[in-house]
Amino acid sequence: MTELEVDIAGIRMRNPTMLASGILNETGRSMVDVTKAGAGAVVTKSVGLEPREGHPNPCVVELECGLINAMGLPNPGIDAYLEEVAVAQGSGVPVIGSVFGGSEDEIAEVAKRMASAGVAAVELNLSCPHAEGLGAEIGSTPDMVESICKAVKASVDVPIFAKLTPNTSSIASLASAAEEGGADGIVAINTLRAMAICPELGRPILSNRFGGLSGKAVRAVGVRCVYEIFDAVTIPIIGVGGVTTSNDALEYIMAGATAVQMGTAIWSEGAGVFSDVCDGLGEFMKANGYGSVEEMKGIAHR
Amino acid sequence: MPIDSGVRVFVITEQVDETPTIRTVHLDGSMHAQPGQFVMVWVPGKDEFPMSISYPGERFGITYKIVGEGTRHLSIMRPGEKIGVRGPYGKGYSIEGESILVVAGGTGMAALAPMVEQAVASSASVDVVLGARTQSELLFRTRCERAGAAVHITTDDGSDGSKGLATDKAKELLEAGDHDMMYTCGPERMIVGLLELSRTTVVPMQASLERYMKCGIGVCDSCAIDGKHVCVDGPVFSHEVLSKLSDLGRTRLNTSGGRIPID
Repeated sequence: MTELEVDIAGIRMRNPTMLASGILNETGRSMVDVTKAGAGAVVTKSVGLEPREGHPNPCVVELECGLINAMGLPNPGIDAYLEEVAVAQGSGVPVIGSVFGGSEDEIAEVAKRMASAGVAAVELNLSCPHAEGLGAEIGSTPDMVESICKAVKASVDVPIFAKLTPNTSSIASLASAAEEGGADGIVAINTLRAMAICPELGRPILSNRFGGLSGKAVRAVGVRCVYEIFDAVTIPIIGVGGVTTSNDALEYIMAGATAVQMGTAIWSEGAGVFSDVCDGLGEFMKANGYGSVEEMKGIAHR
Repeated sequence: MPIDSGVRVFVITEQVDETPTIRTVHLDGSMHAQPGQFVMVWVPGKDEFPMSISYPGERFGITYKIVGEGTRHLSIMRPGEKIGVRGPYGKGYSIEGESILVVAGGTGMAALAPMVEQAVASSASVDVVLGARTQSELLFRTRCERAGAAVHITTDDGSDGSKGLATDKAKELLEAGDHDMMYTCGPERMIVGLLELSRTTVVPMQASLERYMKCGIGVCDSCAIDGKHVCVDGPVFSHEVLSKLSDLGRTRLNTSGGRIPID
């Protein structure tokens, strides 16, 4: 094992960086290109049972500190999307299939079809903050999270990761519930519910009014969430939210994450951010005498 | 003061009918952009969509055809009303060559007109092939002539110029002339035809592509074409890139990200 390799629920990754769901993953070819840029794994776009157009434009706002988006889970439906998944799998790095649904049965069904494509794991989107009846609306209480994880666990035989919302009073309780329900890993955090208003027009910019904030602005929240989750569960954690530099990745790892996902950083830095973060991690580990990512995991809890 | 949302608000100063189906909206501010770059136009409460900048600089304007709810609503907005704009985005035309051929189909001329003006101003000799369904739909003919380009007209119904396709006229001019660069924007099947001409005549080309777009900033993957993104890698692509795009002229993504054939 080289120093950057990590193992999450039995999935071996060449480095601890992953493409986050929702960015450059509508097509298989784009996901392959992200792996060429250095990502150790890719998460697909979140897909549901049926095609869905998502919200009308405008669905993104560019802030200096990040993005607010309200895409609204557009996707072509799981059956059509499996074609793109197959292309992504040609990259040779683990592909994690992200799924959403309006009920535990529906999520379990989408997960089952996703798993049939041979993905390394399934990520459950229990946290999208801008789609009615989906995402965070069915994943905001521990009971819901536990029963959805149980239902999915019973329908697939690959690891399942629960992606949780920070828009709650206790993300640690959600994480414990996911572990109780059989989840093999926690992904934290999804975007923070947010809004932008155009003063000259006197109205919200997003057609959906509300969206989810990502990027540098949310990193400190994400690190805090991972830190709290690490104290609450024994399953591995994947940190997401504003990772843009190797230092950001180190914060998540030392808070307790085994790996990190990046999305908005591609907008601000380009896809080269994956190899930059990995290079920086390698240099830091060498300079500070760490032999593996695992050695650094959670050390901020000492 | 920089606006921390990316959205600049402009007041509509004028709407000009260019043809029976194409209008230009002029706005009360400047937009400095390369020819071929685009902006995301937000019609408040209706839609936001990508439009190429047909008038960059001080008299900022965009030229549009009514194709959906957003453009239909834009067309009934009056001077004094406000719209939001993000951009300019993407990579425009790189103006090079001493003898250039510009091939425009339909509203494609909206993206090409600033490029024609800039090329003529930099002393290039410019042939423009302007194709439309019928005479009344020819866009920016006078504008190109006034700039100093030689304009060659083709119409589907033969009501003006040669009856037939813009690609046929382009072939004739390429074979007879000494062009060292070709620029185009228009229907994708025309671009595919011109790419083949570019290959056989060994005249390099740059073409502006169109895809359904959501974010406009290279994150959502809606405008992906073989891993390239029309919003940030394009909309203008060189023939080297175009010739490697297996989806060109064949498939595109719909609003839900499903693959559909290009007609």
